[in-house]
Formats: sequence, C-alpha cells, structure tokens
Amino acid sequence: MYLLSETCDGFRDINISKLKKETVSESTRQTHSAKPWVFRTYSGHSSAKASNKLYRSNLSKGQTGLSVAFDLPTQTGYDPDNPLSRGEVGKVGVPIAHIEDMSELFANIPLGEMNTSMTINSTAAWLLALYIVVAEKQGVALEKLAGTTQNDIIKEYLSRGTYIFPPKPSLRLVTDMISFTVQNIPRWNPINICSYHLQEAGATPVQEISYSLANAIEILDRLVGENEFSQETISKIFSRFSFFVNSGIRFIDEVCKVRALTALWEEIGRTRYGVTDQKSLRFRYGVQVNSLGLTESQPENNIIRIVLEALGVTLSKNARCRALQLPAWNEALGLPRPWDQQWSLRIQQILANETDVLEHEDIFDGSHVVQNRTDQLTSTSREEMEKIFAMGGAVAAIENSYMKQELVASHSERMQKIENGETTIVGVNDFREGEDSPLLEATQSFLKVDESTERQQIENIQRFRTKRNDSEVSRSLRNLTEGLRNGQNIMPLSIDCARSGVTTGEWGNALRGIFGEYRAPTGVVISSPRNSDSQVRRIQNQVKELTRQLGRPPKILIGKPGLDGHSNGAEQIAVRARNVGMEVVYQGIRLTTEEILSSARDEGVHLIGLSILSGSHEVLLLDLIDRMRSTHCNIPIVAGGIIPKEDAEKLIGEGVKKIFSPKDFDLTHIMGEIVNVIADESKN
Amino acid sequence: MNLKTDLPTQILVRDRRAIASALNLIDDQRPKQKMEAARLLSALSDIESKPRIGITGPPGAGKSTIINALATNLAGQGLTTGIIAVDPSSRQTGGALLGDRIRMREHSDNEQPFLRSMAARDRLGGISSATHAGAAILEAAFDLVIIETVGIGQSEDEVRTLVDTLVYVCQPGAGDLIQFMKAGILELPDIFVINKCDLGNSADRSLDELRSALGLTTKTDDDWKPPVLLASGENLTGISELCDQLTEHKHFLQEGIGLRRRREGRDQFIRKEILLRYGSLGFEALGGDRVLGELCSKWHSPSPYEPLMHLDKKIRGLLQELLNRTNEP
Repeated sequence: MYLLSETCDGFRDINISKLKKETVSESTRQTHSAKPWVFRTYSGHSSAKASNKLYRSNLSKGQTGLSVAFDLPTQTGYDPDNPLSRGEVGKVGVPIAHIEDMSELFANIPLGEMNTSMTINSTAAWLLALYIVVAEKQGVALEKLAGTTQNDIIKEYLSRGTYIFPPKPSLRLVTDMISFTVQNIPRWNPINICSYHLQEAGATPVQEISYSLANAIEILDRLVGENEFSQETISKIFSRFSFFVNSGIRFIDEVCKVRALTALWEEIGRTRYGVTDQKSLRFRYGVQVNSLGLTESQPENNIIRIVLEALGVTLSKNARCRALQLPAWNEALGLPRPWDQQWSLRIQQILANETDVLEHEDIFDGSHVVQNRTDQLTSTSREEMEKIFAMGGAVAAIENSYMKQELVASHSERMQKIENGETTIVGVNDFREGEDSPLLEATQSFLKVDESTERQQIENIQRFRTKRNDSEVSRSLRNLTEGLRNGQNIMPLSIDCARSGVTTGEWGNALRGIFGEYRAPTGVVISSPRNSDSQVRRIQNQVKELTRQLGRPPKILIGKPGLDGHSNGAEQIAVRARNVGMEVVYQGIRLTTEEILSSARDEGVHLIGLSILSGSHEVLLLDLIDRMRSTHCNIPIVAGGIIPKEDAEKLIGEGVKKIFSPKDFDLTHIMGEIVNVIADESKN
Repeated sequence: MNLKTDLPTQILVRDRRAIASALNLIDDQRPKQKMEAARLLSALSDIESKPRIGITGPPGAGKSTIINALATNLAGQGLTTGIIAVDPSSRQTGGALLGDRIRMREHSDNEQPFLRSMAARDRLGGISSATHAGAAILEAAFDLVIIETVGIGQSEDEVRTLVDTLVYVCQPGAGDLIQFMKAGILELPDIFVINKCDLGNSADRSLDELRSALGLTTKTDDDWKPPVLLASGENLTGISELCDQLTEHKHFLQEGIGLRRRREGRDQFIRKEILLRYGSLGFEALGGDRVLGELCSKWHSPSPYEPLMHLDKKIRGLLQELLNRTNEP
C-alpha cells in the first residue's frame, strides 16, 4: 500500500512578479485567488510507451505536472534481465534501462515546458543524466529544464529501502548532483528531503520534523564544509532544497506540523547558513497524503480520508504545499486504474477551483490553539534535533540505528493502539457492519500489469545491446569508473554514459564495483514489548507448548524477496514474533528466492514468512514453491502484502499456507495463525 | 537416501541439508532426539580438528561484516567456512531476533559459507552445549569454523572455551573499548580488530590506547603478543592482514599448545555445565574439582560431549542413590 503513494514532487519556479503581487495583497485583504499548487499524480507502469500514453492523457485531464514512478530494477540499478529483477519489471513504475526508453517516455512531451518530478534516489544521477540527454535530443537548453529528483538517500536507509551504496558515497552522489544542478540547471530541485516516508514508517510529527530537518542539515553541512562557497552560492543552494511531506488523517495536527516546519526551516537558514533573502528562506514542499491509513476493508471510505488529509496541507496559506499528489482509494487492494487516479485528481480540482480555500489569507493566524500546538512541536523537535547532533548528525544516527529503532518503536505503538481499540479506524476496528460496496463489484477493481511485460523488456534491452557501439560503451564506463575514483563529479560522467548507450544495470554495477553495497541497520533488534495483553500472553503460552512439541522453540525466517524495500511491515512482524517467544531469523530486503530457500534450510526454520508489496507476489512465491519441490524441501510458507483476493486463492491452491493482506491489522492474530501453521505441519 | 543413518557420512561430504538437520537434532530437547544426537556426536568425535575462530565484540561493531569479508577471503583460498552466530534471547519473552544473515552477502563464484544463527536462550554469554555440539558438526564438514557472539564483557570467557583463536572486534570511539578494559578481560583475545577504520582519527586514537593497555597485561601463553589491526569490513581493508594473523596464530598454537588450550577450555566448560545442571550439591556428590579433573583427563578429544554424557549419567546415578537413601525410614 505504500508503493503507489511515494513520490516526489517538483515545483514550478516562483515567478518574481507574482511574488511581488502577493506581498502587496498580503497587506490588505486579498481580493483575488492565490495561484493553486501543482497538481500531480504519481504514475508509471509496464513500459515507457504505456507510461507515455498515460502521462499525455493525465495532462489532458488537467494535471499540471508530471510525477514519474520508476520500477524497482530502475530504482536499484539493475537491468530487466538481471535475476534480481525477476517479477519486478514494470510493476510499481516504468522500467527505464537506457536512453531509448527515456526518449520514448517523454515522446511528444516538450521538456522545456514541463515540470517533471522523478521519484528516484540511489540512481538519481543516472536518471537525471538520461533526462538531460533526452532534452538535448529535443533541442531544449538545460536552463529551461524544471523539475525535481527525489535524491534523498537518508530516508531510504530508514524506510523506503531502495538504497544501494553505503552512506558516505551515497551522500557524495547527492552533493555532486546539487553542485552540478545549481550551476547548470538553475530551475531544478536536486533534492527533495522526505518526511513522507518517515510517517509511513510510523513517525510521530516530532520525528517527522526533526529527522527530516536533521537530514537536510547533514547534506548542507557537507556541501558547505567541503567547498569554499560564497554566501551567495550557499543561499542559492539552500533555496534549491525542497521537501516532500506526508499528511495524515489528524489534519489539524498536520496544519501545525507544516507551520512548525516552515518556522524551523527559516530559522535554520538564517542562523546556520546566513541566508537573509526571504524568498530563499521559504520552506517549499510538495505532498502526497498518507497511504499508511488507507484501508482494505470498506475501501470507499478512503476517498473521504484523502480529502481530509488534503486539507491539512492546503488550508494554511503561509504553509501551503507547492505541489500535491493524492493516492487512489483502492491502493490497499492493488494498483489503481486510470479512473481511480482521475477521481483523486478531481479532489484537487474541486478543492482549488470550487471551494474558497485559495481566496483567504492564512486563516490560522491569530489562533492560540494552532499557535500553541505549533510552538510545542517546534520546541520538542528542536530538542530531538539536538539529540541527533550530539550523536554526530543524521548519518551517525542511521549507522548507530537510533532513528530506525525509534521509528520501529513508534510504529509498534501505533499498531498496538489500533489492536486494542485506542485508535479508531472506521470499518477496521469499529463500525464494521455495513452494506457491500458496489465499487468492488467491477470484475477487476484495480489494475493488473501484464506478466508478458517483463519478457518484452528483456527482449527490448537485448535488442538494444546488439545495436550500440560496444567500444563507445566500454570507453564511457571506463571513464566513469576512473573519474569517480579521481573524485570527478558524477553528472558529466553519467551524461557521457547515457549518450553512448550504457544501460541502467551497467551504470549501477560500475558504481557497486567502486563503492560496494550496503545493508542498513534494521532497528528491530532492541525494541521490546511495551505491554503484553492477555491475547499476547495466550500466544506466548501456545509458543511454549509448541516448543515442547518441537523439542526446540519455533524458529521462523522473515524476509522480503524481490527488490521492494518497504520493510516496515516485515519488521513489525519480526518484532512481534520475537515478543511472543519465537526465534526469528530476520533476513531483510532484496533477496532472491534461491537465497531465501538456502537460508531457510541452513537455519533449520519451521516456517518462512515473506512480505511483498510490489505486486510481484505471484511470480516470486510460485518460483519459491517450484524450487522447494525440486529440492525436496518442505518448509511451510506464509506471505503478506498487497495481494488481491483472487491471487491469494490461487497461491493457497499452490501450497502457500496463509496469505495476509492490509486488512489483517491485528499482529497478535497473525502470530496465532503462524503458530497454528507450524503446529499442523509438525503433526504431519 | 536415508538421511538419518547416513548422517555422519553426509556431513563429511558437506551435504548442506544433512548438516542443517544435524544442527536441528542437537538442539532438540526431546529424550529420543537427545539420544540420537549423542550417537551422532560420538560418530563424529574422532574427526580431525579444524581451526576454530571466535569473533566477539559489542553490538554494532561490525562483526558480521568482518566475518562476511573473512569468509570471502577464505573462499578465495579455496577454504570452506561454517559459521555459528549467537544472538541474545529476550529474558522477558524467550524470543530472539537473529539478524546476522542480513550482512552475509552472496558469494557467487565459490561455495557459500554455511551460517546457522542460534539464540542464546537462558545463557548470558550464549555458549551452550548446543553451541559446542554445533561447532563439532561444522568442524566435521568445513575447513574452518567461526563462532560469533555478542561480547560485552560476559561471553568472552565462555567463547574462549570453544575456540583456538579469539578475535575481539570493536569500533573506534572510546566507549566500547573502555568498557572492555574495565571488564578486566583484556588478556583473553588473541587478536584485536578496530573496525570502521575509515572513521579516521578516532581509529588511530583507539589503536594507541589499546596498544598501551595491552603492554600492561600479561598473556598466559608466553610468547604471543596480541596484534591490534585496523580494518574496514565495508571497504575490505585489513581483511588479508587479519587472515595472515589468524594463520600466524595457528602456527603459534602448534599441536601441543593448541590441544592443551582446547582441553583446558573443554574442562572449564564441563565444570560450568555440571554446576549449571546440578548445582553445588551435584558437584560435591561427584567429588568436587579434584575428581572432575581426573575424570576429564581420561578423555583426549577436545570435544566435551563424551565426558559430559558420561558425567551426566554418573551424577544422575549418584543423585538417585542419595534420594533413595534419604527416603529410607
């Protein structure tokens, strides 16, 4: 349920004359409407061709910017024919393996007039290089390009999981890109610091504010510390930092959160970086509203949640978002169809064009309640930031696992409150009786990516490889490697690679060769049960009984096959399993089915539990089952993720013991099911 | 193929399924399985002993990353590795999170190292008879055995009873090291590794501190001066130096010293195990340290199994006798 919602955003450049107009009108009561934010929809799937068609149709419906979703192989630097890409090609976004794919993606979309946001992080330099070469081919000057590369690697370690390299070289790529774009593509937002994914990982408002600001400071400090920039350049760099924020259902708190962020960012700019220009100090942010709270049961209620969440970031004029993306009502069920996304776009259009939200000055100015809450968030966040600085900054707090552990603990607390009813979720833990939704009667109420896509993409890249000039390719790859070793900026080297026909996987491998690969701390190690209710104790007793039966405590393996890095769910399951007394081998993310099977065997586990959110469940689970059959290995499998009912039935038929979907919010119940599966299996 | 009867043979030829099921068996507390495990271990007891390396250090020091790099290096030399990674269990719930696999990466060209994670269960230091038995099984299958434990001044002593060479891994920044020095066990490790040496100055500072502290301790094994190495499991620096030092230490522990150390370790372990299982009453019933020492010296293999099984039987008999006597009118 997370995948479709993450995104990044970009901002239309603020037009100076427009700003002046706003300043004038601010002194009096505003009589005309403010300019609306940029309307976007996070999208892309199957192939460059299919996504190009989708983009052009979205623009014709009144969308005002593009937000490109890339598939996981592209995000993690693998070609479609790499074994790790299996099942993931074209699933959560568009596959881009080389320059021809990128050209096709933007065919008949003039880049000089577009504002393009790309949700891309560890391979951001590469995708920006491809974008630049497409612009070159369209005859568009670099100064004309506008858009955003998400490029926020720190939150990848904390939540989203598409990192590749260790923190140090990853941050070097980020700072290289910032230096390059500030000089050459002045309208580009080279980095979009994400508090978004922190909320999806369970962050409280204070954690969201303090971690994301600490993250921005880490990068700014590096840039300023490693270079001798003039104050003017520092201000320019500061002004190109943008943010990507989440908005949850507690929308009044969200209003206060964005006001607190606005105040703190300005304070940081003034005091830490000596920025004085008001325009440069502005906290510029885009939003995708919360997906974590979207429910699988009574999914029609989600549209109401999405509307309310949109209010949190649009009501306060002085802290209003610059770009907005809304998820679709059926994200917890599967991939949204064009109609589902259109319905969400209409929310934005109605909010901006029919309501009076854009006609007023900041409606919260003068409210003690909002001011007090904002002040409280501001001061608590300052304290939390101080704590992180004392550890040595955001990267140190990643490496020592502090931030991750805190997030896992907050998320556990959130889950527990839902389980014990302290937090109400309509249709999930309360008000469950209701009529069946006619929206679900359509034969297929979500989009299914054609499984032949992967094969076509493999044929595509193999064809591409035979066409290109091999010596050019090896020359530019050699330059890339040598240049990076010598400390050259990644961008010109990557642009050269893009021109000469290097593929995404080749670029990724070259960098892996130099920087090595990284596995971030998981944060699941230390968190302990905050309270154990009678349900938990009942399961603990069952585990003890099972231990006697088995001769040793039940041991399970939890991991994520494929390239999807959203590990929050898997981590929560691992923590809870340990808290009911199981021994849990937590294997983390980005695993092949082969690795999972050999680990399960070597570890002697009683059960394999897999989490898959990218839609590749069918391919990966069937592959694992095949491997088990051919090696006469018989370990029960359970799986969780965004797995539509029809797929779940099929997989159960193939031998998967249990399938959990987002509606199974009660972790203790899931533990009970796992215990039952192991007990049944041990009797056979 | 009958997995059970052929188990020892299959272990010797490194059948990973067989090794895994042997490790399950030795962990199994059911009486019948315990008997089977004992039979298996006796069948393997005269296997040639292989180098055993203990890796210990505080959480977050990068032990798994170092082990991964080490195993890769060894695989390059054509050597196979079996690893046991021990993680703590929750005292509250008994559950455990075993996270060491996360840092084991694909070793595509050579045979994958074999890793079994174990929970410490009720042992503070994590070294239980299952760890000893596990090491014996891996020893039968692989060229080299590595045992990883979380070390915070409690388990070093125990893991020492199980390995030939003990490596202590820490990261720069004084905290860990000072704790370790305070624990007064500086003389235990044979090799020190300061990991994450790319952190620069603080690594050099730790290096100096450690070297000067080591200058003040006396090692029991006369001539061996524990080297202090700087390494980075991530950048793979210092790994071949670590391999060299391991070889060096192996040569130092020629047949004589090596076997003596292992037997001493074994005897220590047996003593603790007996105390744990039967308390001081059982220990005294057996005849205390003197008799235990005599009994142990009868076994030449460094494996504690046979002596433990034998003693187990003996004490049960003694206790039963004692019980019968007190029940007499």
